[in-house]
Amino acid sequence: MDTIFAQATAAGRAGVSVVRLSGPRAHEIATQIAGPLPKSRRAALRLLKDRDGDVLDQALIIGFTAPNSFTGEDVVEFQLHGSLAVVQACLALLSTFPETRLAEPGEFTRRALENQRLDLAQVEGLADLIEAETEAQRKQAFRVLSGHLGDLVEGWRRDLIRAAALLEATIDFADEDVPIDVTPEVDGLLSAVSSALDHEISGTRIAERIRNGFEVAIVGAPNAGKSTLLNALAGREAAITSEIAGTTRDIIEVRMDLGGLPVTLLDTAGLRQSDDMVETIGVDRAVARASQADLRVFLAEPNEVLMVTPLADDIILRPKGDLFPEDANGISGKTGRGIATLIERVQLVLTRKSLSAGLATHERHRVAMQNSAENLEKARLILLRGADHYDIASEELRSAIRSLEVLVGRIGVENLLDEIFSSFCLGK
Amino acid sequence: MKHFEVIVIGGGHAGAEAAHAAARMGTQTALVTMTKDGIGVMSCNPAIGGLGKGHLVREIDALDGVMGRVADKAGIQFRLLNRRKGPAVQGPRAQADRAIYRAEMLAEIIQQENLTIIEGEVIDFLMTGQRISGVELADGQKMSAESVILTTGTFLRGVIHIGDISRSGGRMGDRASVKLADRMDSFDLPMGRLKTGTPPRLDGRTINWDILESQPGDEEPVLFSFLSTSTDAPQISCGITHTNEKTHAIIRKNLERSSMYGGHIDGVGPRYCPSIEDKVVRFADKPSHQVFLEPEGADDHTIYPNGISTSLPEDVQLEYIRSMKGLEDAVILQPGYAIEYDYVDPRALKATLELRDVPGLYLAGQINGTTGYEEAAAQGLVAGLNAALNAQGREPVIFSRSQSYIGVMIDDLTTRGVSEPYRMFTSRAEFRLSLRADNADQRLTPIGLILGCVGAKRELAFSAKAAELDRVVTALQQATFTPKEAMQAGISISQDGNRRSAYQLLSFPDMTFEQILPLLPELSNTSPQIARQIERDALYSNYLARQQKDIDVLRKDEAMKIPEGFEYSDLVGLSNELKAKLSAARPENLAQAARIDGMTPAGLTLVLARLRRDLEKRSA
Repeated sequence: MDTIFAQATAAGRAGVSVVRLSGPRAHEIATQIAGPLPKSRRAALRLLKDRDGDVLDQALIIGFTAPNSFTGEDVVEFQLHGSLAVVQACLALLSTFPETRLAEPGEFTRRALENQRLDLAQVEGLADLIEAETEAQRKQAFRVLSGHLGDLVEGWRRDLIRAAALLEATIDFADEDVPIDVTPEVDGLLSAVSSALDHEISGTRIAERIRNGFEVAIVGAPNAGKSTLLNALAGREAAITSEIAGTTRDIIEVRMDLGGLPVTLLDTAGLRQSDDMVETIGVDRAVARASQADLRVFLAEPNEVLMVTPLADDIILRPKGDLFPEDANGISGKTGRGIATLIERVQLVLTRKSLSAGLATHERHRVAMQNSAENLEKARLILLRGADHYDIASEELRSAIRSLEVLVGRIGVENLLDEIFSSFCLGK
Repeated sequence: MKHFEVIVIGGGHAGAEAAHAAARMGTQTALVTMTKDGIGVMSCNPAIGGLGKGHLVREIDALDGVMGRVADKAGIQFRLLNRRKGPAVQGPRAQADRAIYRAEMLAEIIQQENLTIIEGEVIDFLMTGQRISGVELADGQKMSAESVILTTGTFLRGVIHIGDISRSGGRMGDRASVKLADRMDSFDLPMGRLKTGTPPRLDGRTINWDILESQPGDEEPVLFSFLSTSTDAPQISCGITHTNEKTHAIIRKNLERSSMYGGHIDGVGPRYCPSIEDKVVRFADKPSHQVFLEPEGADDHTIYPNGISTSLPEDVQLEYIRSMKGLEDAVILQPGYAIEYDYVDPRALKATLELRDVPGLYLAGQINGTTGYEEAAAQGLVAGLNAALNAQGREPVIFSRSQSYIGVMIDDLTTRGVSEPYRMFTSRAEFRLSLRADNADQRLTPIGLILGCVGAKRELAFSAKAAELDRVVTALQQATFTPKEAMQAGISISQDGNRRSAYQLLSFPDMTFEQILPLLPELSNTSPQIARQIERDALYSNYLARQQKDIDVLRKDEAMKIPEGFEYSDLVGLSNELKAKLSAARPENLAQAARIDGMTPAGLTLVLARLRRDLEKRSA
């Protein structure tokens, strides 16, 4: 087994950068570089020296002894001064040792999984938590971690098992006193789960937004002050502004945290018919992106008609509001007038949207629910063809249940039999 | 000392099938039974087959076992259950004439080459170290063997209860062997306790049949064996009566005199075959329960009232029997009783039904916690084949869940164990649509041919049928038609311009083979049997493709072997509960581990990760 190393903190300049070394030779290598290691799980200050004995950096080092480490192997962490040169030198030095190499992406976590330091669910939750940038993301990751999604799916699964039991009872106990027509109850159960699934599936879009950020597009005529507004919101010069109409051609994205919600602001090209080919492409893109965005902020004069039609939640403001102090709807990136109100309104709309967020946050959750919903739909259609087709209806139902089990634990046929026997008096 | 390659103890349904299978494999086999008359006795209800069970009988038959053809000879009322539901869930069932069944079974055993019947009582095993090397009979005779199969049903600490009277014994009239039980104890196997019950037997001449509903058999009987062509015995009808409020009142009043409710029985009974006491208590709001009056034979006036097994005292049995319509003057020939017995936790068995810790000893039937003749016979077959393979020094045969109900049952037993007497249901088979009663021969006869347990007659019939199936299916798949052509032949499908094969046309709901014939007149000489089977395959073809994917996944997991002695206790992160369950079940591969009750995906991942790591270590 190779010993692996990598920078554990983000790349780039920082106060401190951590390099992690894990594997059977970790302690031996660290001793060669830094001298005797401190006691396991204790920190110590050491001079790091390269093979020629030249000092590389002064670093805080912490050793962990297998299996009590993140990866379950021997681990040493070097807290270096966060300069690009120092980190590079350290990585270069480590790579000179035999059977020692730069870790592949995710390799530390994989070793942790293989050494039973983490289970799969924890890995998924951990990944989400690490990536959480805003309060809403943190809350959402935590909801998944604490099993709310599992509870929901478990409830559906229970209902589907009940439905399957009803069907199976009429199949496996055909020559006994089973209620003849189970179709209405089965259909009731299936349609309830089906609509709950549909609801949750539509909520995954919002949940994904919370994970990946809401898109808010600023749209308006050329020279309406869109870029000025973006810069004012971002608090920096993200977009080039000028008096010349049509300065912004491509789409400029700025990521920011708006009241705990992750938001990507889009500055788009001014909307107008143009003979300039480059500008026309920019306008087409602006229209497309703005239409797909979660929310649009229009900068439009009263009664102005633009190439993008505002939807219900969209915000329409009067540009260059500094020139119309009497208009309450005015906004100005230049003076900052109306900016605070705009932020509040955007926040309000997005927060309301985020309330409909589903618990399912990952693509694989959505796919599993989608498959399940499709099987249920088929099962319902076949069910209505009557008891002669229960064998196939039950097969679709089985697939629907299996799909849900991709999300949570597993079903045994025993669950099904339990349900049958607790419901019916069977047996000759 | 006399030597046999395989010795089978017990001549019930498991024992008879086991001995016959081992002998068909060409191993010198002895069937040791207390008395020849005990071979093929139906101690419970006089019927073979049913849902799931009928599938098992067909599978036994596909491997040239005896149960199917004996049942066909003894059948006095044949019914195909679920006739109107899909073909995958149809199950053949027959009332059997008890006397004919026994006689035909005995004849099969006597006729079989390499098979010797020895009347006697096995009182002990001969041991060579931990290994079984033979048996000792009560008369002092010793016989050596490579493999021994124990199929002694409920003999382990069997106790019979009729009301508050209990006595030790197996079935009514059998003796329980104490010394053999002690020897079994010395193996320190995990054991559990179960119970089962029977109803009182009635004198048919005292039943007023004229006022009762009658249930005749099917007009065209569906037989069990792929080789049978017609019924043999005279055909009869069953009667139906019902319990009523008065019956229930009598039972409620006397509940404390029932062995079970009086606290004399601790064993767990089957939920699907509850005693009448159980039905009345658990489903108190149900005013009436169906009772089938099943004749035990064409010339036998004994009636088996199916649905009212009981452990109430005899006088109460008579009182509640006579409260039912048509039974007002009925006479009880033999009272109903409950029997409690020990079973060996089947998780102590390999998939060959050999005990893991006692090499050379195979267990089959009720002793493994199952109920039913068919379940017993199917296990007997598996044990018989593997005992013979073991004696011949050949690789064992393992039946997969994706291949047969037999495989489903063996896998359920050996990986999940039992908490009540185990009975087969079609819902236990996740690949139900492909595991049909009608294609059992397609699934299993080829395996039997390779093993060598299939005789010449069946081989001939099977290869003829396989060749014919192949010819017709190929013709159906190669001929394609436009929607217009189909329309002209009277088949209405969407006029989308897509050409479809005749086989695809056949897969549409409610299509019959005969409807295709105008398009392919050259197939009009196809036999109805072949036509029906192809219709069924076509009906399910879309689902079969999907199931095949699941089967492939299963096969992959089955290929991931877990070595014997794999240490679950070392797995950090695995809950203690799962550690205990895995250590008890000792799954042979990852697929089995996945099916253990309460197993989680995270737990499986841990096991898999360790297996992979061990594999890498070994290859490094």
